[in-house]
Amino acid sequence: MTTRVQSQPFDMGAEVQAFTKTATGAGAIVTFSGLVRDEGGTLTEMEIEHYPGMTEKALEAIRAEAVTRWSLTDALVIHRFGQLKPGEQIMMVATASRHRSDAFQAAEFLMDYLKSRAPFWKKELGADGQTWVDAKDTDEDALKRW
Amino acid sequence: MIDVLYFAWLRERIGAPKERVETNAETVADLVTELAAKSDAHALAFSDMKSVRVAVDQELTDLDASLKDAREVAFFPPMTGG
Repeated sequence: MTTRVQSQPFDMGAEVQAFTKTATGAGAIVTFSGLVRDEGGTLTEMEIEHYPGMTEKALEAIRAEAVTRWSLTDALVIHRFGQLKPGEQIMMVATASRHRSDAFQAAEFLMDYLKSRAPFWKKELGADGQTWVDAKDTDEDALKRW
Repeated sequence: MIDVLYFAWLRERIGAPKERVETNAETVADLVTELAAKSDAHALAFSDMKSVRVAVDQELTDLDASLKDAREVAFFPPMTGG
C-alpha cells in the first residue's frame, strides 16, 4: 500500500518483484509504466513540476479509491518529477487482486485519474524552445466512464 | 493572510511561485478579482479562467469555493500527470 513521489529514477523490475512478494492473497498483478516519448527526436528533455503536499494527498486518495472499488489486495503508485530524458520512466502503477479483471480495470482507473487529477504539469523542451503540455479534452472525458 | 501559490505557466506569468496576500475575499472568485488588479502580469495570468484550476488548502475546488479559514490557495493550469 504505497504511493511515492520522487525525482530519482526507479527500477521497475525491482519494484514489481517486491510488490509481488508481498501480494498476499492475490491471483493477478497488472503493471503499467509511462515513458517520456522522444516525439520523433524533437524532444530533448521533459520537465515535470508538481505541488508538494497536494501531490502526495491526491495520489493517496486516488490509490485508496481504486483499492476500495476493485477490492484490490494491494496497489502501488510511483510518479517522478524534475528533469527527464526521452525514454525514461515517468511513472508506474501496479495493482494486485484475486482475479485479473479487477487488476486491469483498477490500473486503467489509476492512469485516467493520475492524468487529470494529480497536480503534475509537464513541459517539453526541444530545439524549438519550450512548451507546456496542454491537457486534452479526451483526458477529462476518460474520467466519465468511471 | 493567505499564501497564494502558482504553478506551471501561471507561475511563469506571475513571475513568482508564491505570494502572501492580505485579503478579505470571501470566495476564490473574489480573490481572483483582487489578484488580477495587482499588476499587468497578474491580469494576464488570470485573463482566461477557463484554463485555470484552483485548490484551497490542497483540495481541488472551484471559483465559488469559500475562503473561510483558508490558509493556502493554489492556481494552476489543468493537470497533466501520468
